[in-house]
Amino acid sequence: MSAQSASRKSGSSLAALSSRPWIWSWTAAALAFSATLWLTSGRGAGELAYAALSFGAFAAIVGLGQMLVITLGPGNIDLSVPATMTLAATLALRAMGTEPGTAFYGLAIALATGLGVGMANYALIFLLRLPPIIATLAASLIYQSIAIWSNRGLRIKPPEGLADFSTGRFLHIPNVAWIALGLAILLWILLERMTWGRWLLATGQNLRAARLAGVPVEAVRAATYITVALFASLAGFLLASFSGGAALNMGAEYLLMSIAVVVIGGCSVAGGDSNVPGVWGAALFMFLVVSMLNSYGTGAGVRLVLTGSIIIAIVIAASTRRSKQ
Amino acid sequence: MSFFSRHRILLPVISLAVLLAATFYMQPRAMSYFGLNLLFNLAVPIALATIAQMMIIMVNDIDLSVGAFVSLVACITATYLNDSPMIGILMLVALIVTYAAMGAVIDALELPAIVVTLGMSFVWGGLALFILPSPGGASPGWLRTLMTVKPPFMPMAVVASILIAIVTHLLIIRSGFGTVLRGVGGNSRALTRAGLSVTRLKAWAYGLAGLFGVLAGMALVGLTTAADANIALRYTLLSIAGVILGGGEFTGGKVSPTGAVIGALTLTLAASFLSFLRLSPDWQIGSQGAILILVLTARLIFSRKGAAT
Repeated sequence: MSAQSASRKSGSSLAALSSRPWIWSWTAAALAFSATLWLTSGRGAGELAYAALSFGAFAAIVGLGQMLVITLGPGNIDLSVPATMTLAATLALRAMGTEPGTAFYGLAIALATGLGVGMANYALIFLLRLPPIIATLAASLIYQSIAIWSNRGLRIKPPEGLADFSTGRFLHIPNVAWIALGLAILLWILLERMTWGRWLLATGQNLRAARLAGVPVEAVRAATYITVALFASLAGFLLASFSGGAALNMGAEYLLMSIAVVVIGGCSVAGGDSNVPGVWGAALFMFLVVSMLNSYGTGAGVRLVLTGSIIIAIVIAASTRRSKQ
Repeated sequence: MSFFSRHRILLPVISLAVLLAATFYMQPRAMSYFGLNLLFNLAVPIALATIAQMMIIMVNDIDLSVGAFVSLVACITATYLNDSPMIGILMLVALIVTYAAMGAVIDALELPAIVVTLGMSFVWGGLALFILPSPGGASPGWLRTLMTVKPPFMPMAVVASILIAIVTHLLIIRSGFGTVLRGVGGNSRALTRAGLSVTRLKAWAYGLAGLFGVLAGMALVGLTTAADANIALRYTLLSIAGVILGGGEFTGGKVSPTGAVIGALTLTLAASFLSFLRLSPDWQIGSQGAILILVLTARLIFSRKGAAT
């Protein structure tokens, strides 16, 4: 990967200047949206958009976190996202115990879980010098066990107010989408307008050069691994409130999802390049493509095959576009 | 202490020996032909899948689709290979060719392997569901016989693991072809300058990964006698962990086939060991994670000592 990543990196930074890489995921999302509506001849457009925003919000939150980690450069990835989501949701719902008025207490528990997970992950990576893939993989097994132990197979319902909030809407847009949108804007400002974001990109592009230039590389890495865990725990907390309780397998699909939206969103897998709006577009796309295939009546098997083929097709399209630059 | 860094294979061997000793201490009755067979029963498919993953890591890529691929092969083995062997064999060969093509495309278009294999994992999973929507099927008789054969002195799983280690060691470490393949991970530019096609070599590496993935799926069905579309999904993570436990590294073409097989055996044994501990089932997965971290920490101590001198 090393020799290729160098050439790809120079290509993608050119692409970032001369074109807008996020346009691809939004175009793909729009195509999937219209393909679905074409079948229903325009009926249910509002409902479809609403559902896409609701479900896309969870994918966007975990995807944005994963994006930061992948931006850190080759080999950086967080495989503990699903376990973190499940653990944070389980602990938070258990602490709230369906009592009304405990929503913020639960949120605090979820975020504290995320903070702990992020620090533990980084400790493994930094102190034991484990490759991030292995460190987060091994740690996620432990988080999974803690979640199983604390859950005891019970499905605790979220407090009513919290459940209403997470399924509710404001100005015709789902509340969870507002939260994901807020986080996206926050991250965009952080990445594009603040020193911290420049440090993160510099670290991802060349760790050694960044360190020599005086960037506090290890602080940047620590903050990134903590942020991804915080984002995952927030997504887990919201998802559990949204779907009426935490389940042990609730995070499972978000491992592949979080990586897929980052890549479709147009971020460089080699790191050093991130793309906030693209991740949002990809999150919408991932939901819309499934609902499109559903509405065309394809079976589960065919749907998976097509989803995978579409992901690969987008990656190929993105790479040929880059090499033309 | 350059001794340990020169003999990287020592760490996986010691880890396995320690874990084996602990298991025998907990449960002396495991120290028998029958006991060993039970302990390592499921090691053969995991070892083969780990070798498949190793082929990909050898060329500096990573394969997130191993689990889904082995599941698909298991589904084909339990249906087509059993009912109409010719079609089944053709399908399996087509899968290996697809894997090789995937490697060529990844190199030619400079695609990130992690994403392509991620996408392919959806494709394999979908095909598996398509072939076998609900758990079932049956193992071909000859495969069942092969996997349950009782060789003298040592159980089938141990004999098979040693065989796999010897064959892949000869292929990857001793042969000129294997050295060139490892060179793709080590210094692909040097290979290009030497007039070799890296794209073709990557296709070979991926094709070999496909071959071992197919063998893993077949071995799995031989043991379980049935398949379902999610039967081997955990192999993706197990295989990555096995390669690293065995002393492999993610970059530079530094892999060890013998180490990978031993790593797979260690992971299999860890699961059996934990059940002997009478640990609450809640903590079984977590303890596997803890064992993984412990062994890798040991690796750190070894490499530190190696670097210090």
